[in-house]
Amino acid sequence: MADPRLEVIGRRLAGVKKIIAVSSGKGGVGKSMIATTLALALSRRGYRVGLLDLDFTSPATHVILGVEGLQPEEEKGIIPPVAHGLRYMSIVFYAVDEPAPLRGAAVSEAIIELMAITRWGELDYLVIDMPPGIGDATLDMIRLTPGISFLAVTTPSRVAFETVRKLLRLLRELEVPVVGVVENMVMNPSSRVRSQVEGIGIPYLGAIVFDPEVEEALGDVERLMGTRFAEAVGRIASELSQQIP
Amino acid sequence: MHEWALAEGVVSTATRIAEEQELKEITEITVRIGELQQIDREILEFALDQQRTPLMRNAKFTLESIPAKLRCRVCGEEWRFSPDDLGEEISEAIHFVPEMAHVYLKCPRCGSPDFEVVEGRGVWLASIKGVKDGG
Ligand SMILES: Nc1ncnc2c1ncn2[C@@H]1O[C@H](COP(=O)(O)OP(=O)(O)OP(=O)(O)O)[C@@H](O)[C@H]1O
Ligand SMILES: [Mg+2]
Ligand SMILES: [Zn+2]
Repeated sequence: MADPRLEVIGRRLAGVKKIIAVSSGKGGVGKSMIATTLALALSRRGYRVGLLDLDFTSPATHVILGVEGLQPEEEKGIIPPVAHGLRYMSIVFYAVDEPAPLRGAAVSEAIIELMAITRWGELDYLVIDMPPGIGDATLDMIRLTPGISFLAVTTPSRVAFETVRKLLRLLRELEVPVVGVVENMVMNPSSRVRSQVEGIGIPYLGAIVFDPEVEEALGDVERLMGTRFAEAVGRIASELSQQIP
Repeated sequence: MHEWALAEGVVSTATRIAEEQELKEITEITVRIGELQQIDREILEFALDQQRTPLMRNAKFTLESIPAKLRCRVCGEEWRFSPDDLGEEISEAIHFVPEMAHVYLKCPRCGSPDFEVVEGRGVWLASIKGVKDGG
């Protein structure tokens, strides 16, 4: 028996030039914040951008974007609605405000389903907010999305970086491209993470300061884009966009 | 999965398998549909018919329904999924992403959302029949 969903995922992404999965080893390092802000920053630089929240058990990007009442359109599949200029897809369109207690196998199925029905159309970038770690979502996206590349997020803490190192090693072994590493929540600037990242031959995309303004800006995109946090993410967006002609 | 997107998957999977098996014509495509997904058979049949390729011009599409059986991981209770008393929105959520069953359904005995879908979750291309190239 063959699973017809697997056959169409490639086609759903055929119009997407670059897929960036924002990933990490440990949780709570700022993936959702960075994925959302990066998507907004790229969009404000004139690119066509999609944002996919793949953290099915703990989705967060809708809170950061402050979207409510959006629904995808049904047209030979699902067309993601537009939120603040982004083509936006999240499991919250279906789970609404309820908890989604999913085991690994169910997460996997839900990812395949969503990837098979979502019609992204023509995009320059699809930014994906990944759940932490190298579990189901990471393995599935690597398996299902040939053109995928990863952006790894760490904090200055060795606890975070050691897990990112494992993520990077896995990606290297699987020959999955890595656009670079971002160091988030920096309070005391130091070159330790930079030199370790460059030491393993991966681009260090920059440091983002710990910015206490971020919390107040959640759900308010204009305010968020005015923070020092967003300014730092914007520099990363500019650097990344030079990789696309 | 939306019926149209599903039909697209079925047609392209059948095409790939036909190529692998060097079929010059497909005569029958059997699709197994898990009831959890609440596929509208008429829409699916229509979508399949619309997306037919020359290779499957005269193919018969056979659709088989598989009842959805759920089993609680906590207390072992088994039950059958029935969409009848779910509201439209919940029904639709499960239709698009069947895992949303874990959001809206509970074990009828102990109330846990930690159940498995033993049977009847997805949509599968069960078999294709055809005529071999040069044969
Ligand atoms: N540079 C920063 N300055 C201040 N606060 C930040 C910064 N980056 C992230 N945060 C805050 O830290 C918390 C965790 O961020 P976020 O949810 O983006 O992490 P995550 O890696 O997506 O977590 P998870 O692994 O659970 O998905 C949030 O409250 C977020 O607002
Ligand atoms: Mg997150
Ligand atoms: Zn039970």
